[in-house]
Amino acid sequence: MEPTKNQLLWMYDAMAKARYYEDTMAKAYMEGKSPKFDIGAGPVPGEMHLSAGQEPCAAGVCVHLRFDDTVTATHRPHHVAIAKGVDLNKMTAEIYGKRSGLAGGRGGHMHLFDPAVNFACSGIIGESAGPATGAGLAAKLQGTDAVAVAYLGEGAANQGAFHEALNLASLWQLPVIFVIEDNAWGISVPKSKSTAVPDNSVRAQGYNMPGVHVADNDTLKVFEAAGEAVERARRGDGPTLIEVQTYRYYGHFQGDPEVYRPKDEVAHLKARDPIDRLRKHMIDQAGVTEAEADEALSQAQAEVDAAFEFARQSDDPAPEDALEHVFA
Amino acid sequence: MPNNRVLTGSRAMVEAIAQEMRADPKVFVMGEDVGPYGGIFSSTTGLLDEFGEERVRDTPISETAFIGAGVGAAMAGMRPIVELMFVDFFGVCMDAIYNLAAKNTYFSGGNCKVPMVLMTATGGGYNDAGQHSQTLHATFAHLPGMKVVAPSNAYDAKGLMTSAIRDDSPVLYMFHKGLQGLAWMAAPEEASTEVPEDAYSIPFGEAKVVREGRDVTIVAISMTVHHARAAAEALAAEGVDAEVIDLRSLVPLDREAVLKSVRKTGRLVVADEDYRNFGLTAEVIASVVETDPGLLRSPPRRVAFPDIPIPYSRPMEQFALPDADKIRAAVQQTLGKAAA
Repeated sequence: MEPTKNQLLWMYDAMAKARYYEDTMAKAYMEGKSPKFDIGAGPVPGEMHLSAGQEPCAAGVCVHLRFDDTVTATHRPHHVAIAKGVDLNKMTAEIYGKRSGLAGGRGGHMHLFDPAVNFACSGIIGESAGPATGAGLAAKLQGTDAVAVAYLGEGAANQGAFHEALNLASLWQLPVIFVIEDNAWGISVPKSKSTAVPDNSVRAQGYNMPGVHVADNDTLKVFEAAGEAVERARRGDGPTLIEVQTYRYYGHFQGDPEVYRPKDEVAHLKARDPIDRLRKHMIDQAGVTEAEADEALSQAQAEVDAAFEFARQSDDPAPEDALEHVFA
Repeated sequence: MPNNRVLTGSRAMVEAIAQEMRADPKVFVMGEDVGPYGGIFSSTTGLLDEFGEERVRDTPISETAFIGAGVGAAMAGMRPIVELMFVDFFGVCMDAIYNLAAKNTYFSGGNCKVPMVLMTATGGGYNDAGQHSQTLHATFAHLPGMKVVAPSNAYDAKGLMTSAIRDDSPVLYMFHKGLQGLAWMAAPEEASTEVPEDAYSIPFGEAKVVREGRDVTIVAISMTVHHARAAAEALAAEGVDAEVIDLRSLVPLDREAVLKSVRKTGRLVVADEDYRNFGLTAEVIASVVETDPGLLRSPPRRVAFPDIPIPYSRPMEQFALPDADKIRAAVQQTLGKAAA
């Protein structure tokens, strides 16, 4: 399965936008938090888990999705939210804790919900799996060909919720794709010290579904694996498990001292940056011009800049707004 | 006190664990990021270097398995200290906690014991939103079979940890992130205290009178002790003499200490960062009115987190969190004054 030129440009846009978003957020987040890092200070509240490096997992999968397909993401959700088409202004305002945010500032960076594009995420490891399985069940009961994608980190593949959801999705032949973003580290714990198998895709065998491993953070290979999985799910042939070997350039959270990670690891990873590789591929082999790529990049960056400006200019919620929306 | 130093909450906790590990080879630690990282909230800093990977074990993100394994290891003669990184994560593993750890002693007619410490980080105030900021004292204190402690300062952190490790029952050790003295999170100055180098224990169920007073009793625990103390200082300037009690443990609960104080003051405010309804604040008030409804000269007041998920945005979180001003206003209500 080869992406069309339009699909390549779409993925490039989604990845470049996500990267620029995270790099912008990394700076914005540190405002008021340096030189001495204080997690409770500055205009961007709370914890911050950035996804730079993991863009192929988002773009290579979501390029196959429609608005009516569901995505459930992790505590590191921005790249996936961007690829799924979550409203960038409202998402950024939410992360700034503003009234104009997706949830009026109640949820924040780990709890982004945009029902307009069927996107949700959770700060609890493994808790993407059950809800995506349920979205798949709903599609089946409603007689549509919509699918659901659950994103998980490789650490989440050791949670009970993950295994139970795989079994249920396979047992009921639900249109669900489980995408493991293997960024090698569960906070400070390397995959080799947390996981009894080197490759989580083999775990699919235990649940009677296809398992695909994508090496080297390869956007085109993610595109191919996800394309087949989404087609299979739309046909009613059931779930697929995909594990993507990916990287995270930033720490687990901003402020992470990263004492556990070799100092030169990130430099090595950046030398094989997936966005650079995709750009080279589409220019060298798919007839995309430098100008087209540059135009996509500058548009993506302008959109991100506008979203941050929107967030900064938005009002804080009133304190007593905290009491609203506990019940439907 | 030549061998006393001022320690942070986290260093005091770690010292207790290290001393017990030196004294008793049955004690070991496991949890997520407790090894090279030293615990996300510095609850295990340095333990890996001294005791090695066999006794300080990083786990997969598999709380059901490793807390269940803690129960099994405890029943098989070990004394595990297991960390649940954030108390909010109990949702994925509660069965191992409340159906196994808490009940196996009873189900065996006392023939089995589960000497396990489950240590876990609580509390908000740094905008981490509703899945990483809860306190949940009452969730655990409600369920029989576990002892539940929540230190407010470094001295108690060490003594209560030592007692927890030596206890033959499962102990939930709930430490507030904002009292750990982390470099990257603000903490009240009084949370760091002088701590003796030698090992010592603090019996569970003994509250501490933090400040003596005649006019009103403020009962608090963990972070709210600091708010209560600040409120008492502000009230003193207004001529109100407040007594502040740090419960230190929820199970067992030192109801006698509360009663003794209320017999003197006749007025009661209870402060807790946990959700208000069905919580510690109600339990403390019930202890008083069940004993003698005539002890109180005015209706008691509760200062707790309103019954909403913890909001992310700073103005909304601060609106909801207990603080010194809210406690002071509650005290003024018990005195029949409008809040200033």
